[in-house]
Amino acid sequence: MEAATPNYLLIIGGVLFVMLNVAAALIWVERRGLALFQDRYGPNRAGPFGLLIVAADSIKLFFKQDWIPPFADKPVFVLAPAIVVVTVLMSFVVIPFAPGIVVADLNIGLLFFLAMSSMGAYSIILGGWASNNKYSLLGAMRGAAQMISYEVFMGLSLMGVVLMAGSFSLSEIVEAQRGMWFFIPQIIGFVIFFIAGIAETHRLPFDIPEAESELIAGFHSEYSGMKFGMFFIGEYMGITLISCMIVTLFFGGWLGPDFLPPIVWFILKTAFFLGIFILLRASMPRPRYDQLMEYGWKYLLPLTLLNLIVTAGVLLWMREGV
Amino acid sequence: MEITFYIAATVAVLATVMVITRYNMIHALLYLVVSFLAVAVVFLTMGAPFMAALEVIVYAGAIVVLIIFVIMMLSLTREDVEQEKAWLQPKLWIGPALLSFVLLAELVYLLAIAEVPTAPSVASYVDAQAVGLALYGPYVLGVQLSGILLMAGIVGAYHLGRQKKKVIHRFLQQQEPQKERSAAL
Repeated sequence: MEAATPNYLLIIGGVLFVMLNVAAALIWVERRGLALFQDRYGPNRAGPFGLLIVAADSIKLFFKQDWIPPFADKPVFVLAPAIVVVTVLMSFVVIPFAPGIVVADLNIGLLFFLAMSSMGAYSIILGGWASNNKYSLLGAMRGAAQMISYEVFMGLSLMGVVLMAGSFSLSEIVEAQRGMWFFIPQIIGFVIFFIAGIAETHRLPFDIPEAESELIAGFHSEYSGMKFGMFFIGEYMGITLISCMIVTLFFGGWLGPDFLPPIVWFILKTAFFLGIFILLRASMPRPRYDQLMEYGWKYLLPLTLLNLIVTAGVLLWMREGV
Repeated sequence: MEITFYIAATVAVLATVMVITRYNMIHALLYLVVSFLAVAVVFLTMGAPFMAALEVIVYAGAIVVLIIFVIMMLSLTREDVEQEKAWLQPKLWIGPALLSFVLLAELVYLLAIAEVPTAPSVASYVDAQAVGLALYGPYVLGVQLSGILLMAGIVGAYHLGRQKKKVIHRFLQQQEPQKERSAAL
């Protein structure tokens, strides 16, 4: 085991710095992107291309009054926004950005990611419950049901990849994709993981816990100032995390033709999926809550199990042939 | 590794004590999550990373969320906390505490006379593959029994959720007989 060398600390610091900035930059990218897709201008006043909107937004969030409602459960209310940021940042620990650029290459990396994403559900549940507000509570209950359900398919859809790579370690999974990226043999797994990823980060087609037209803002109705900012940033880091995971698991991670360094390939692929996340927000209507659950349990779960069984069967059959 | 084990074990014990003594159910469950996380760290230090990950995913991530889900539906209020306080008088602790003290003394005695095993380190490292081979090798009966148990649970849940409440909109309620008559004609 390697000791904490300066190089190692540099990677930790670098990952932390890049992720926090990516989350902030995504605010601008998303607002401009949405404006582009919907044929309007978006924020274009502050600075070149409206880039300073990020600074304006952050300053506004930092200086807003940080109000805790008197009827709220104070310790839990304060704890909830921290959980979302901590769990998402912890997940970045296992992602291999390029050969050697990984904070901790755990041999249970994939399970660690799943564990952290299931812990992330607590931020919604506790935040909504501690707010002591019926809209928040409704949002929290929807969030709990949605995340628990979609976690099941998320984990199962990845098991096909694990079977093909023969390891839970993310860098070994990337190395196993040298011959062929896994999204070709695992196309069903990829689609289901993508859908479950949107549901886990409660992004727009599935943002039912915070559906503003029914629930005001759902679980974070009572949050203001930087505590709201944590939920906000947590969501953007969540979609960055899901994009990174999609790239690592299904699109060959840092692999790519030699004319660009590995890290650039990783960033390009991740940026592509971030763009898809934003495009989805611009173009998809929100399903009803029962439709979402029905869709998950009646279609995605059987499909995932089928994918797993077929993958395992084909792998066994190929091994027999050899 | 030894010191991380003792820290995690202490956290687990303290968190579990807090679970029992909290009056507010959600706070108790939060401590339960901490306790599960601490147990996961204990697994990790004992050389079972796969078990540690599953402990977090299954217990801390799924089961406690489901319990919280149910508790949120019950909508506990201040009065419930008061009632809990009234039920859990300090003098109720005396009997169980005395009895478990006897057990603790026995446990300490047994640990004291037991031979000290060599520190479990890299030698007893159990990875995911070893867990799978053990489950589908010598312990396959246990896997199948738990499968049957889960199946019974699913069938039971299906049976409870099957009766769908039939709600007819008030406009349709009046039209319903007319429609039938026209169909009969």
